[in-house]
Amino acid sequence: MNHVTIEPPETDRMILNFGPHHPSTHGTLRIILELEGETITKATPEIGYLHSGFEKLGEDLDYNQYITITDRMNYLSPLCNNVSFSLVAEKLFGLEVSKRTMYIRVLMCELSRIADHILNVGMLAVDLGALTAFLYGFRVREDIYDLFEAATGTRLTTSYTLVGGLMRDIPAGYDKAVLRVLEEVDEVTNDIETLLNKNKIWLDRTKGIGIISKDDAYSYGISGPLARAAGIEWDLREKEPYSSYEDFDFDVVIALNGDVFDRYLVRMEEIRQSVKICREALEKMPPGEVNVDPGLGFSLPPKDEVYNSIEGLIYHFEVTMPNRGMTPPIGEAYVPTESPNGELGFYIVSDGTRTPYRVRTRPPSFMNYSIFSKLVVGHMLSDVPAILGSFNIIAGELDR
Amino acid sequence: MPLEQTISDIKESFPKAVLGVTEYAGEQFVHIKGESVLDILELFKNDGFDFLADLTAVDNLTLGGFERFAVVYHLLSHKSVMRITIKAYVTEKNPTLPSVESLWKTADWQEREVYDLFGISFEDHPNLTRIMNPDTYDGHPLRKDYPRKGRTERNDFPQVIRGIRKENDSK
Repeated sequence: MNHVTIEPPETDRMILNFGPHHPSTHGTLRIILELEGETITKATPEIGYLHSGFEKLGEDLDYNQYITITDRMNYLSPLCNNVSFSLVAEKLFGLEVSKRTMYIRVLMCELSRIADHILNVGMLAVDLGALTAFLYGFRVREDIYDLFEAATGTRLTTSYTLVGGLMRDIPAGYDKAVLRVLEEVDEVTNDIETLLNKNKIWLDRTKGIGIISKDDAYSYGISGPLARAAGIEWDLREKEPYSSYEDFDFDVVIALNGDVFDRYLVRMEEIRQSVKICREALEKMPPGEVNVDPGLGFSLPPKDEVYNSIEGLIYHFEVTMPNRGMTPPIGEAYVPTESPNGELGFYIVSDGTRTPYRVRTRPPSFMNYSIFSKLVVGHMLSDVPAILGSFNIIAGELDR
Repeated sequence: MPLEQTISDIKESFPKAVLGVTEYAGEQFVHIKGESVLDILELFKNDGFDFLADLTAVDNLTLGGFERFAVVYHLLSHKSVMRITIKAYVTEKNPTLPSVESLWKTADWQEREVYDLFGISFEDHPNLTRIMNPDTYDGHPLRKDYPRKGRTERNDFPQVIRGIRKENDSK
């Protein structure tokens, strides 16, 4: 965050303060724009308004406690953050989780991706004046959040995963509920595309706007739908599969132009692919436990055992007491995962104590946003919300 | 194995700069001296590691290591689907190393973040200012000797005493 000294313009340049409370920033972002008429000549993004020191905080919390912090990063798809952090911790500990855990994690990640993409497309549409698409998307997102509530107990701060498993198994009859919602998602995706794909205003506002070239995408560390819209065939779920993504059959979606319209198209097609993965995960869902053996000192035993048996109570204490519980070996690990925004990775350094020595988040929003000031130059002021909307910048993840 | 080939190439070309190579859970970590980071990363980039996935730092105050600070570069090769981690060490007295912004533009913001939170400076960086904290902020929060409790700000607040003061409290 800088104190920007605004010099009086020499020509008829105008300086416009965009944000931090502008409705189309969807978070606390600030951009200082220099305008020549209505054309942008310079843009200086200011970030850090939501900096909350998550990485510092992580040095004082143990591995399971930090999962609650990851919820607050990308708050549109918290389950992806939970899964990502658990994967790194498990790599550090050298744990192997059960197949059922992996499949439930895949299911949850893909549901989050659908919710995230639908909201992002809706937000982009509402910023450009197409309210209907937003409302269609928001309704089905509400149903997905109901699914999260049924499985995790909460809608936003899910904290669903644990190191070595999940907080609890999915409830009985969950597959039917998910399939019903997925049908709705299919319908809504078609509806949104019918509304927008051939809409003259939509095409005028999104085609040829904010083009990211392939070289820029490599250089600026762009990942996720933004990179795929620029023609980079790179999806971590396919290239570096984690949590048994290799079992699933799906296509990597790419587009070639790299403009706002292509990013929208990539996101819409990714929703369809996610629906496919969800159906496959439900179909192939293996039976079994969702947690590693509590005797190892990782996962909490079932509450029945805690209240009704001495072993259960002892195991519970072994996990939760401050001088007990899980301690990883000294080492470091980084696992990249494909979050809805791009490559989300955690880098953990452990010094062999209960709390991590250093927890670093590789936030996709941060890297993606760094190209923004280059993209908007030469565009009109009204293109700023379009480009910003297509980036899906989440301030919680950007500033941490 | 191309990755081992790359690492041995680096060792041959920079025998003094490479401090060691370690492995944990299948990941390779190359430990190097901070001042030669630009040359070594350029070699990696020419070898196909075209993507700087992440740039961060670790304060080794209580962990121990070659030096006090390690700047960590996570590289990715899109072509051969490989990852490698480079750790460049800088001393506590002179935490300075060359910027890699000329190789990857993404390093611009990430180096600013490391500068802000760790106080490590990068030579030839185009705009090395704080990015998360205000410019007037004191200290570098992710250093291990920085307390987690608010230090400066809390002490700066004027003390307000409310209510009727009893005579005993006047001292």
